Amino acid sequence: MARSKPKNTYRMGIRDALPFLLVVGPFGLLFGVVAAESGLSVAQSMAFSTVVLAGASQLAALQLMVENAPVLIVVATALAVNLRMAMYSAWLAPWLGAAPLWQRALAAYVNVDQSFACSAVRFEQYPDWTVAQRMAFFFGVVTPIAPGWLAMTALGLWLGEGIPAWMALDFAMPICFLALIGPMLRTAAHLAAAGTSVLLALLLAGIPYNLGLLIAALVAMSVGARVELWQARGTAA
Amino acid sequence: MSDGTIWMIILATGVGTFLLRFSFLGALGGANLPEWVLRHLRYTAVAVLPGLVAPLVLWPEATGGDPDGPRFAAAVATVVVGYFTRNVLAAIGTGAVTLYGLLWLTGLPG
Repeated sequence: MARSKPKNTYRMGIRDALPFLLVVGPFGLLFGVVAAESGLSVAQSMAFSTVVLAGASQLAALQLMVENAPVLIVVATALAVNLRMAMYSAWLAPWLGAAPLWQRALAAYVNVDQSFACSAVRFEQYPDWTVAQRMAFFFGVVTPIAPGWLAMTALGLWLGEGIPAWMALDFAMPICFLALIGPMLRTAAHLAAAGTSVLLALLLAGIPYNLGLLIAALVAMSVGARVELWQARGTAA
Repeated sequence: MSDGTIWMIILATGVGTFLLRFSFLGALGGANLPEWVLRHLRYTAVAVLPGLVAPLVLWPEATGGDPDGPRFAAAVATVVVGYFTRNVLAAIGTGAVTLYGLLWLTGLPG
């Protein structure tokens, strides 16, 4: 398994990504519907999903655009929502850093929640994969995800308000991310980091531009690292 | 909001987001990060994702920010099933069934 060729890790990435079409699908649909409601043209809505490729930030930007917020605030808010991707970038650097620059640039464009989350599971599971195998896996994940995201944005634009409220599309995103988080809680350190993240994100929710989430995440990472050290010392002693 | 302004927002957000995504991956390349940095990075996912969804679970937009029983129950069910089965699809399925079941029972859509 660990000796599989890059082609196989690419296919493995596609397979791992398929369940996440359930996340990306409703979320893309939601963005399409909201974009149509806010009066964005079809070209603008599709360009938004293509260029930014990050649903949460796109929805946050739309919300502020409807409220006629200043451009700087709209962009800063969207970028603040996406700051977590800099953390994904930092996480990916040791695993993919040896790849050619053009590959890293392409990978950066598709460095999204799903490709990061799937890689977080597999790279640690198969630490002897080569850089090429990891890169193939990473691109495998986005092969269904990115086109799926665009197709569902288009469908949402087309359906507009035709989607009934009982479908509760708003909750597709939380459910899917929570489903990812459950299996990640492998150790006391992971549990402590997740607990800190939830607690601080809720307490700091009032801070503008989503900065509360960033603070919560940074503190939660330190808590995870600290608990890991304590655990290691406990086992050593 | 004018067309030009909307395009400007889309482009600026796109470029900024790419730079965030490229940052460490582009700058560091193959450089080895010290162990203490790696130790922190191991917790990136569990530090960001729970905080990202927690407010959405407690104060759902669909109810105007009021806590909602079916959504909260569905969230708890999803995490619990995911934690114990380590199966993402089983967790999503449980969450969806819980949400739709309770929304239907309470008869209060969205």
